[in-house]
Amino acid sequence: MSIAKKFVSMEYGPAPEDSKEATTWLDRHGYRFQHFIGGGWQAPAAGEYFDTVDPSNGEKLASVAQGSAADVDAAVKAARAASSGWLALSPHARARYLYAIARLVQKHSRLLAVLETMDNGKPIRESRDIDIPLVARHFYHHAGWAQLLKQEFPEYVPCGVVGQIIPWNFPLLMLAWKIAPALATGNSVVLKPAEFTPLTALAFAEICQEAGVPAGVVNIVTGDGATGEALVKHPDVDKIAFTGPTEVGRAIRAATATSHKRLSLELGGKSPFIVFEDADLDSTVEGLVDGIWFNQGQVCCAGSRLLMQESIAEALIAKVQDRMSTLRIGAPLDKAIDIGAIVAKVQLDRIHKLVDQGVADGATCWQPQVTLPSRGFYYPPTLLSNVHPTSVVAQQEIFGPVLAAMTFRTPAEAVELANNTVYGLAVCVWSESINVALHVAAQLKAGVVWVNCTNLFDASCGFGGYRESGYGREGGREGLLEYLELAWFKSAPMLPAAKTLAPLEAKLEEDSGAPGSTPAIDRTVKLYIGGKQTRPDSGYSIEVRATDGRLLGEAPLGNRKDIRNAVEAARKAASWAKATAHNRAQVLYYSAENLSQRRDEIAHRLAAVVGEKQAAAEVDLSIERIFSYAAWADKFDGAVHNPPFRNVAIAMNEAIGTVGVICPREAPLLGFLSLVMPALAVGDTVIAVPSEAYPLITGDLYQLFDTSDLPGGALNIVSGYTSQLLKTLAEHDDVDAIWCFGDEASAAAAKAMSVGNLKQVWTNEGRAIDWFNPQLAEGRWFLEHATQVKNIWVPYGE
Amino acid sequence: MPVEQNEFRSAARHDLHSGGAIAILSGRPLLPNSGIPLNLDWVREVRVNTSAVERRAQSQVARRTVKKEWQAAWLLRAITCMDLTTLSGDDTDERVRRLCAKARHPIQQEIERQLGIEELQIKVAAVCVYHAFVETALQALEGSGVHVAAVSTGFPAGLSPLAERVNEIRRSVEAGAHEIDVVITRAHVFGGRWQALYDEVAAFKQACGSKPMKVILGTGDLMTLRNVARASVVAMMAGADFIKTSTGKEPRNATLPVGLVMIRAIREYAQETGMAVGFKPAGGIRTAKQSIDWLAMIKEELGLSWVRAEMFRFGASGLLGDIERQLEHHATGRYSAEYRHPMA
Repeated sequence: MSIAKKFVSMEYGPAPEDSKEATTWLDRHGYRFQHFIGGGWQAPAAGEYFDTVDPSNGEKLASVAQGSAADVDAAVKAARAASSGWLALSPHARARYLYAIARLVQKHSRLLAVLETMDNGKPIRESRDIDIPLVARHFYHHAGWAQLLKQEFPEYVPCGVVGQIIPWNFPLLMLAWKIAPALATGNSVVLKPAEFTPLTALAFAEICQEAGVPAGVVNIVTGDGATGEALVKHPDVDKIAFTGPTEVGRAIRAATATSHKRLSLELGGKSPFIVFEDADLDSTVEGLVDGIWFNQGQVCCAGSRLLMQESIAEALIAKVQDRMSTLRIGAPLDKAIDIGAIVAKVQLDRIHKLVDQGVADGATCWQPQVTLPSRGFYYPPTLLSNVHPTSVVAQQEIFGPVLAAMTFRTPAEAVELANNTVYGLAVCVWSESINVALHVAAQLKAGVVWVNCTNLFDASCGFGGYRESGYGREGGREGLLEYLELAWFKSAPMLPAAKTLAPLEAKLEEDSGAPGSTPAIDRTVKLYIGGKQTRPDSGYSIEVRATDGRLLGEAPLGNRKDIRNAVEAARKAASWAKATAHNRAQVLYYSAENLSQRRDEIAHRLAAVVGEKQAAAEVDLSIERIFSYAAWADKFDGAVHNPPFRNVAIAMNEAIGTVGVICPREAPLLGFLSLVMPALAVGDTVIAVPSEAYPLITGDLYQLFDTSDLPGGALNIVSGYTSQLLKTLAEHDDVDAIWCFGDEASAAAAKAMSVGNLKQVWTNEGRAIDWFNPQLAEGRWFLEHATQVKNIWVPYGE
Repeated sequence: MPVEQNEFRSAARHDLHSGGAIAILSGRPLLPNSGIPLNLDWVREVRVNTSAVERRAQSQVARRTVKKEWQAAWLLRAITCMDLTTLSGDDTDERVRRLCAKARHPIQQEIERQLGIEELQIKVAAVCVYHAFVETALQALEGSGVHVAAVSTGFPAGLSPLAERVNEIRRSVEAGAHEIDVVITRAHVFGGRWQALYDEVAAFKQACGSKPMKVILGTGDLMTLRNVARASVVAMMAGADFIKTSTGKEPRNATLPVGLVMIRAIREYAQETGMAVGFKPAGGIRTAKQSIDWLAMIKEELGLSWVRAEMFRFGASGLLGDIERQLEHHATGRYSAEYRHPMA
């Protein structure tokens, strides 16, 4: 066609990015890749390879080693061998390596971008302008953390050998999110890239070689789910970091329950995109383009649920449809393409199936007039309107360019609809009113809130979810903590396995007082639920005996129904989180005041179980501990991050919600308060199971809090057989976190039973904690577990 | 090869001649703008999020590109949408004649031949001068089809008495100018005096008669995108045929975010009223690459029927030189030098 004709048609024409360099690179490797282990290429033990395919045309790009358990073992051994040498380097030396990696990523940026697009199908514009620059940024930022590690985290040591499993939607970016913080904190890593997209990870292995990263510090083992499973189950891995589907996250949580492996999970989402009537609607539409039509919608935080205020719904839908008509879908290596290929056939089939199901559920499906390329895996941009919360497309992650739209009437209803999901990764809020936007942002259950923007990421800002979107953050200070352990905790001795009380062991023995004396007035200790002293549902009690076997009294035997009632009460007391931090501090101080008044009587009763000396120390230190957390209540601040945009990125420490606490046996009063107080200080509501050794402490505690203006339900205490109550609490889907401080077996049980709603789990791993040492047993470590970070991005400008 | 799915917009251009339509938006034929009564609710409800607009403008540039013959075709289109401009205190008749000669023949014949585009008879859309040079330009351009546009109304400040500004328009119209570029009183925008702004532009429109009126908002003075959006809406309600960014004399000229806000206002006005308003970014557009970015933005936001001189103009003086160099590169494969092209 002549220039003259093009002058008339004004078409865009093709603008292909040259793939020659990438093809040359593949050719140099003979289109066949081994594992990268111990600083060099290593053939798979079983000799198996699989193909990785260009989804834009279905053609094979290369064959890649299929990792077996033996390969994973070799990689873990290499990482372990490299670990001590890597850790022995100065932080500055590690910073230099990370800096070199960042520079090399920039030097090879176009090769990496082209390779990523060929392997994944995402438009070259995205890999070139978004993925790869963010990869470099992540390594630069973490080179800085490596440099500052000693000053900023003096009490921490690295986890050790870290196993990392990443998804196919942002292959190299997810690698950077995993490897940069791990290396900066002195860990060595074994990373398994996604089966569909291993190539850039292998190119990264070469970058590590070029940067001179010591052999074994970074190992890349390619393969499928079985390879990942071998990594998760490897006994010599200290931490697993996973990004991927929620179901796999659940399986990993279960598989690692009986180990001491640290775990961070970045899982799925069904992120709401809330549009208020005072939003800049044209900009909102572009926000959607950057949200659900970014990376073909294969984004865990894609704004896939459009919630529109009724008054602007019709206008917005019209604008969205107009905009969808100008999206260009086609060969991802074309520089002027908006939507590329879906990563694989299986994913494309899944999108088809879910959209069909949505339509069957009553949704109206709208797609612009587009011609899809005849080869490769493509799906057109799709709008499903008239979607209701009950529809499968409103609940399930589609991971495709499909937007499900519904309406709301008021800001309160918008929040309700937004939070009506098992996920909690990200939310977009569009409104020109800062009052509306921030008020809503504060109420959303999500780790990231983007105000008048979408899908902004930066190494300085933590990314991660609430609820079944996982736990742990990537990026920023909070992200580093996922790869660090407190040095004292890592070397703390193990507690002996507890002889847990069980119904059969309970002996029924009469214990009369000394003959002839006037009997003491019977003291009935009850459960404490919703601010009321209540009898246990079971109608049974358990005997509590002193160290000398003397019967001290009877504690109520709580059961699953009591836990159920306590969780309901805790949930209803959510206003505790909304109380001002100053107000919470006042309540805590008041309880310290009241405890000091009852010091002697409480110590006296406690002495029968722990001895006079410990009892006195427990009460005195408890007063101090309460003071500490009253002090912390209004001081555990968040941060304002500095991402390279004109905006304020606020990292807020938010209460997790409802926390179940299995208190330690060994310090019935001090152990209880050491865990419950930080939770209350930040605004969590608590269901606590007191020390099995001395559940009678409940009676002292509720009298204390009843007289200290603690709102009913903020703290609930249910005594009973710990193993039974732990099970009910850990399995309860309305509990947001379970803390278990018992022996190793109960820690494992807590983890295994938490998978239902993927609640956050914090345990002592069965280690002994010196509750009497304030250096160890109070402070930030506890507060960090009592909170989760929400990052709110607010761009500004007029 | 990418799939060009939205060319139905270009097909729709064939409907343009039916019923007096001058443009098409999403398949809907649009009439020339005859203005509407001032609607203050509309003006007040304007929402512009600056960061989001900037982000879109930034990403738009990275999302679209044209290469090879397509690029050459687009650059030719840019020339045909150009108001070749000279607006300096040192302008003379001879200087204007030189500009007009360039307007008639913006590309060397040899390059035209190499590109195979002689049949297109590429020329710029208009020459834009002060009133004093209207007659000179008309003579120099006679028979070429290139329009003469006069800047008017106390350009560039627009602060002379209203009656004088209106008379200035009349004089230029009487002198034979084909198009009139007027400037608004920026103070009306700062003061929120929308009625005053509306009355002013309406008075200009009346004086222009049937001649197309381009209303310069002075976006570099207005500073905020919200001001730009409101002023755009009021100017269109008062009957603007084009809205234009800048005089070229302000501290900041035509930027893509400003352009995006004005384009969106045009689109909304078209959707609400069924009438089409043209757009003219002016000042600061100096490179071929910039011209393609603007054309692509217009194509994306308004559709192909706006990518024509009837609906879109560049106000530029230096742009043509860079486009010529790019076209020569396209024709010869060698990078060109500025001095190889006849100056304006």
